[in-house]
Amino acid sequence: MGKGLRQAYYIARKDLKAYYLKPPLISWGLMLPIVFILAFYLRNPQGISEISPGLVGMTMLFSTTSMAAIVISFEKRIDALERLLMAPIHLRTILFGKGLGAAVFGLVMALIAMVLMVFVFGLQVSYPFSLFVSLVISCFAFAFLGILISVGVREVFEAMTLSNFFRFPMIFLCGVFFPITSMPTALQVIGFCLPLTYSVDALRQSLLSHGGVIHRWLDILILAGFCLVIFEIALAIFRKRTQESN
Amino acid sequence: MEKNGIIQVQDLCKRFGELQAVDHLDFSVREGEIFGFLGPNGAGKTTTIRMLVGLLRPDSGSALVNGHDVQKEPVRAKESVGVVPESSNLYGELSAIENLIYMAQLYDVPKKEWEPRGEELLKEFNLLDRKDGKFQGFSRGMKRRLTIAAALVHRPRILFLDEPTTGLDVMSARGLRGVIKNLKKKGVTIFLTTHLIQEAEDLCDRVAIIVKGKIRIIDTPEALKEKVRETEVLEIKPNPVSQALPGKMEALVGVEKAVLVEDKLRLYGKSLHESVCQILNQLNAEGVGILSIQTLTPTLEDAFVKLTGVDAEVMRVDKPVKMGGPG
Repeated sequence: MGKGLRQAYYIARKDLKAYYLKPPLISWGLMLPIVFILAFYLRNPQGISEISPGLVGMTMLFSTTSMAAIVISFEKRIDALERLLMAPIHLRTILFGKGLGAAVFGLVMALIAMVLMVFVFGLQVSYPFSLFVSLVISCFAFAFLGILISVGVREVFEAMTLSNFFRFPMIFLCGVFFPITSMPTALQVIGFCLPLTYSVDALRQSLLSHGGVIHRWLDILILAGFCLVIFEIALAIFRKRTQESN
Repeated sequence: MEKNGIIQVQDLCKRFGELQAVDHLDFSVREGEIFGFLGPNGAGKTTTIRMLVGLLRPDSGSALVNGHDVQKEPVRAKESVGVVPESSNLYGELSAIENLIYMAQLYDVPKKEWEPRGEELLKEFNLLDRKDGKFQGFSRGMKRRLTIAAALVHRPRILFLDEPTTGLDVMSARGLRGVIKNLKKKGVTIFLTTHLIQEAEDLCDRVAIIVKGKIRIIDTPEALKEKVRETEVLEIKPNPVSQALPGKMEALVGVEKAVLVEDKLRLYGKSLHESVCQILNQLNAEGVGILSIQTLTPTLEDAFVKLTGVDAEVMRVDKPVKMGGPG
């Protein structure tokens, strides 16, 4: 493993070890998705399959962005982020390490949701490989989105509030509860600019083998594009902010 | 500027809005010495250290640390440097040994050395019995010691210490100064900032006095004191103490500078002995009694007052310490 990758791995490992029990993570990253899944199951147990791709996507979105808010803005507030900035590590590696920790947390949450749906609710998986790739790539896209939101703010609550500004509209615009194609054209345009749309679309095809808007591997390719673009924007802001702070 | 310094700073500037925080700094730090940046709060000490360790981009000028430009090769420059920031900012959720191992990982120390090196440092800093205690449960002195230990995990050639003893009790501060002297014996070059004149005098081989972003003078504490040796210092304990007294004393012929140091009036002048009668008469006329009177040997504090024109009293105002550390 190269030096940069090794350092990113240690950063992610430390973050997971230190922060997985922080209150904002428990409430937003764990409780909220579980409550949503149970609420939809209790309302309509037979319909849980149709809604499962959206629920898994939402679980990943909330858990990764919550973790990203903690690992960036919480550490910024207590000056611990400076520890990393003082070490001989490239800014790109620091940010990737932070994103990696958030993505792994989101992946674990998504797998818990999947296990719950497969073994408790009897959900069938049609394409396990593309399902796994969709989960991984989605977690990275959402983690970098969370990092992007967090690098610009100082406090954890600001990061959480700003995250919600993006997260809640995405639930309604990205095909979580109803197909994106059933929305008015203007809203569809917005929906297709958001990564959760492609995540849910890929998951729907991988889990249910039907109902996709575009091919699932194209969804995955677009998500990879989101990862790159969001990461580079976050890195540019991070570079500017860290060098300008007094 | 010396060309062979382990730290070489040339024409370094930083501005925050209207404030010129660092104003064309030029200096060099020799390998193996303890170099002190002495100045009041807001003089630009921390801004300078932040630029030298790559946390802040200078507006202009350059800084070479161990031969590497901190702007062009920040990662290479950081490899040979340990930094102890003003606030003890390790990870509250991690134990002492976990914090040190994490630092070893970040600085790419070989895996087999992580734990032995961590334990060696804990022993050296008298923290081995708290090896598995979480950082957030430590006292301020222990946090400070562990923060310094964390900066030494990768055996840096240069250690930056920003206000190392701020907020510590007398015993902890004394212990820490012993640690810093020991590091020098091991060949570590130390760059420290302080607003405590006594600390600079005790520790530093050379001192740069910085006021309002500019270096006024760089020399050894002895040489700085020598510069004011011809100055006579008279210390009077007046009763009552009045803030107006220094001004009235400075109006007298022969008194170059008068300051209140706590409840004592300190007067400086080249031939102060010739003005003693005048001084006593003036105090008498003001209705001020004298509880004690003595002459003093010039200290670095006297040199500081004389050379900068800054009242040493402003240096005694301890910086507010950031509370609520990690965790």
